[in-house]
Amino acid sequence: MKTTTAPILECRGIIQRYGRLTAVDDLSLAVPPGICFGLLGPNGAGKTTLIEILEDIIRPTAGEVFYLGKPRTSLFRQQIGIMFQQTALLAFMTVQETLATFHKLFDKAYDLEELIRLCHLDDIRKQLNDKISGGQRQRLLLALALINQPELLFLDEPSTGLDPQARRNLWDIVHQVRSQGKTIILTTHYMDEAQHLCDIVSIMDHGRIIATGSPQQLIARHTRGINITLPPDAAEAITSNAIFQVNRLADRVVLQVTDLNRAIQALLEASVDLTHMSVQSPTLETVFLNLTGRKLRE
Amino acid sequence: MRFRRIWAMFTARNREFFRDRATFGWNFLFPFLLVVGFAIIFSGDSPQEFKVGLFSCPTQDPAAAAACVPPELAGIQQIQYIHFDHLEQGLERLKHHKIDLLLHKEGPPFRYWINETAPKGQTLELVLVGSLTDDGPRLLSRQEALNVRQVRYIDWLFPGIIGMNMMFSALYGVGFVVVRYRKNGVLKRLQATPLTPFEYLSAQMLSRLFVLAFSITVLWIGCHFIFDFTMEGSYFDLVIVFLLGSLSLIALGLIIAARGTSEEFANGVLNFITWPMMFLSEVWFSIEGAPDWVRGIAQIFPLTHLLRAVRQIVNDGARLADLGLEVAVLALLTLLFLATGAALFSWNK
Repeated sequence: MKTTTAPILECRGIIQRYGRLTAVDDLSLAVPPGICFGLLGPNGAGKTTLIEILEDIIRPTAGEVFYLGKPRTSLFRQQIGIMFQQTALLAFMTVQETLATFHKLFDKAYDLEELIRLCHLDDIRKQLNDKISGGQRQRLLLALALINQPELLFLDEPSTGLDPQARRNLWDIVHQVRSQGKTIILTTHYMDEAQHLCDIVSIMDHGRIIATGSPQQLIARHTRGINITLPPDAAEAITSNAIFQVNRLADRVVLQVTDLNRAIQALLEASVDLTHMSVQSPTLETVFLNLTGRKLRE
Repeated sequence: MRFRRIWAMFTARNREFFRDRATFGWNFLFPFLLVVGFAIIFSGDSPQEFKVGLFSCPTQDPAAAAACVPPELAGIQQIQYIHFDHLEQGLERLKHHKIDLLLHKEGPPFRYWINETAPKGQTLELVLVGSLTDDGPRLLSRQEALNVRQVRYIDWLFPGIIGMNMMFSALYGVGFVVVRYRKNGVLKRLQATPLTPFEYLSAQMLSRLFVLAFSITVLWIGCHFIFDFTMEGSYFDLVIVFLLGSLSLIALGLIIAARGTSEEFANGVLNFITWPMMFLSEVWFSIEGAPDWVRGIAQIFPLTHLLRAVRQIVNDGARLADLGLEVAVLALLTLLFLATGAALFSWNK
């Protein structure tokens, strides 16, 4: 990926091996400042390993990481915020006490009241950490990641396990942070999350980046116009041709077409039952499907 | 290093300990119940086989030892004979319930001493006298009872129980808890902050020291009122020894805490350390008369030196200056354990 501004974070030739498994395979990327950068990929693609290498939580088998063009120093920890995919909170502490504890660990920190307001924690500030809901817990973890007003924020699968409303609430906070000019690096396996939050997305599979660009660019570059979805038994006889690109999945068949009228005409001529047909615009999942032949959550 | 960060971790750990009511309560209840239980069950005496000290007897070999006692007693299997070079050594062991009776060979008549506060000693005296078929008084001559303050078994046992509580609290409260933090991701979360391993470990150490100081004080005062312990030495010296002992045990806990994400494995390692330490450090009973290699192993445990120093202060009125070896060993072990724990520490492995 080429950018005109100097990257806030860059990695070169990252390799991470666990025994015979290569989790990250000679990967390089550069993240420009002030954007939300997404790493999209299925479980096991190497997203979390890569982001933990970028966070300086694990040391790679090979490769280098640069922050603002230089190797990372102890100051890196003062200037980044991390929301991990899985983490426990300090036991027998209230939300406010937890925030106050982490507040003391940094030289520069958010005003606690402001942070509590930003992350909508006011109602639960006196509750113990183990008595709050999943959505409240994710907001608290986000608040902990933001507590030092980081220039670079890492969010590893921030909305996994949340209901749609809680996810929307979390996205709103991320939008506010993004609007303050902070850089965000986010991993997710939710295509809608990546499309909604990210300026640039890299799609990962088997420890490698297989495509990078804005969601719109990726969709335009790697898909064909419109998706027609049919039940598997309704489209048994259809094969890829000039009109369709056929992707057969376990629970459905996705036809990518450029001319919807012509495609429907062809399906009717082939006596395909269109009762359960649905039509959608292509998404990042379609991009992933076209690039790998698999679904994001297969 | 930022003291503010150490303080933040110190208060967080203390909150966890004092708010976890079940653990908090058990930390006091368990040792208290032990003291009460032993006070009731043994009424001031220890439960082991009879131990008879011999002095001026040239060997510990059982056959040779038999030549140092009246022939009528030589066949009693329940008696273990322990050799001393000097009478003072034997009397000191008798005073501290490490032996039940002291016998001097030069006879007949054989001179002997017992600790009058020890029912086992009195029982053994009856057994010995009763087993004589010849003229008892010609063979045995009871000496004056120890002319110093008698140390009750409970006086001797109480520091052991305090020490055992310190050992479990230090090792599990640091070793086990930090492994749990590593397993559930708390350490990883802390790693993502500017907190350094040194600051984190210092906070854990200080917090546990605070908890131990608090629990020892409460336990000491509570048991003192109930059992009326006699403190022969200086409380200042006792505090110094407890401080060093606590630090060495906590630092040992830091080695357990340094690596690993398996609570089960940590528990196994802790059991492997605590059980031998509990028995060989003379928490419950003396290992006087045990093979040399067993007593040698006991020397590597900080609890051994802690209890020896505490008992000498509490029971004998020893001063710090008299306890140079124990104090030095505890200080050295603390430094050794601390350096090892810090060198091995990992946030996430």
